[in-house]
Amino acid sequence: MTAAEEKRQKEAIWRAYSVVTLFIVLKAVGNLSLAWGMKHLPQTMSASRLEAMLGPILDPFVALGVLALVLALLTRMALFSLADLSFVLPVTAVGYIIAVILGKTCLHEPISPQRWTGAVLIAIGAALVGSGSHKTEIEIE
Amino acid sequence: MRWILVGIMVAATVASDLLQSYEMKRAGEHSVDPRGLIRLLQTIARRRYLILSIACLAVSFFSFMMLVKVEPLSFAVPASAATLIFETLLAKLVLHEQVGLRRAAGALIVLIGVALVGQ
Repeated sequence: MTAAEEKRQKEAIWRAYSVVTLFIVLKAVGNLSLAWGMKHLPQTMSASRLEAMLGPILDPFVALGVLALVLALLTRMALFSLADLSFVLPVTAVGYIIAVILGKTCLHEPISPQRWTGAVLIAIGAALVGSGSHKTEIEIE
Repeated sequence: MRWILVGIMVAATVASDLLQSYEMKRAGEHSVDPRGLIRLLQTIARRRYLILSIACLAVSFFSFMMLVKVEPLSFAVPASAATLIFETLLAKLVLHEQVGLRRAAGALIVLIGVALVGQ
């Protein structure tokens, strides 16, 4: 591999990690906002099933959550064009731990020791998978 | 009810991810700046597997909305990681990606963690 190719490869990896970070932030904000909104919806009788399904989206927190998650989706789709599925999915698994932390701190959810243990295991598994990320097939066109 | 919602969400997510990965690889690299996102939306409109993946994602999303309404966020999000083992397997079998032993073991550990989180 020439120096120029090596430089382009490093830039591609840097781009992939930047997009991964953006995706994780959007996903965390989206999940928290959506969960908060869905749990605090007013208890009203809906006129129809359609209204019951679409009504929650009018809630500001749910709407913000949906928007952030849609942006996260678009970001992840762009990420798929940069890196393998088997790289993208495990690396973004850190989002599962963030969700537990946000559940505890922002939504005051009780977290059992098993749940914390599970979150730590997820972190270890994600790090293990991510440590092999240099081998991901980042394509340069 | 919680596991039915998780099952629907996982199946729809796996289908959506595989379709997206397969089609985005064929579509070529996309950036995340405003111009890149517009190009991405145009790509989605032109490729039927991407449209199908969005439909699967909508099913997954509504299941997730229902799940976070009735279950804690700290359960709902980790439960969705049940997709990981299927997707790693299918990435290898269907997309013919390179999945080394370390990555496979890592994915498995993540899933053991998810099982604990779901208890």
